[in-house]
Amino acid sequence: MAAKIEITPEMEAAVGVDSEPWLHEVTTTSVRAFARGVGYRDRVYYDIKAAQAAGYRSLPCPPTYLGTPIFIPGESNDTFSGPKQTGPAVRHGLPNVLDGGAETEYFADICAGDVLEVRTRVADLRVRESRTTGQMLIITSLTTCTNQDGVVVAKQRSQALFY
Amino acid sequence: MPLAWDDFEEGDELPVLKKAPGVTQLVKYAAGGGDFNPLHHDFAFPQAKAIGSIIIHGRFKYAALGELVSNWLDHGGRIVKLACQYRGMDLPDRELTLGGRVTRKYEQDGRRCAELELWVKTAEDKNTTPGSASVELRG
Repeated sequence: MAAKIEITPEMEAAVGVDSEPWLHEVTTTSVRAFARGVGYRDRVYYDIKAAQAAGYRSLPCPPTYLGTPIFIPGESNDTFSGPKQTGPAVRHGLPNVLDGGAETEYFADICAGDVLEVRTRVADLRVRESRTTGQMLIITSLTTCTNQDGVVVAKQRSQALFY
Repeated sequence: MPLAWDDFEEGDELPVLKKAPGVTQLVKYAAGGGDFNPLHHDFAFPQAKAIGSIIIHGRFKYAALGELVSNWLDHGGRIVKLACQYRGMDLPDRELTLGGRVTRKYEQDGRRCAELELWVKTAEDKNTTPGSASVELRG
């Protein structure tokens, strides 16, 4: 059970600052791997001809999949696969993390062949009491995905719970 | 068949999607989604030991709600917004029933849209992952 969590001025300073961009690739293989991981049976996420017959340029991203961050040993997070540190850090020292939820807004189709430039910013920090874990620090992040043509294709707001 | 505007009404429920992901499925999801948190595959991981089990990725449930909506649309429309909250942990090899309901069907500026309420229910009928979606029909 965590001790009392305090949001310090240093933590507050990280709010609202965009990270450096990181590239996420959407490839036919990565779309299939994601679809297979979720358990899709729909051919459109596996077979390019089926995808084109359904009106897509190539295999479409299944909902919630926003490409695979390019992995560089030492620069990428070995557990979560995203970049290790491209924005200001919220240094809280809490050992455990749970996912709180997410909301994704789509502005255009994302298909295999696309390369997304992804920026993340901490949108909000707050402390909440939880029945099971005591106090939790809730970090809300806003991720913006821009494709190779400069079009913002998706925005995702997500919450991580630290305790 | 791709979903058409006349195929549904407010109050309609989406065809349910049942899943009972085991460790192997979660490993496939980890590979596809890039989340290798040991909490989702390693029973010896301290947080898993404290909880008493590994748990299903919240993001797996989120993606599965996306699959539920995608199956319903069958590419007759696109998802404009998809959201969910993780209110309870789900354990592997337990059956989950994913469902949804059309809460609103409307036309706006020539766009044909619908709002959906979504859920992931355990065998005990507990909704661990309430969600929502906004969709726009193509035709």
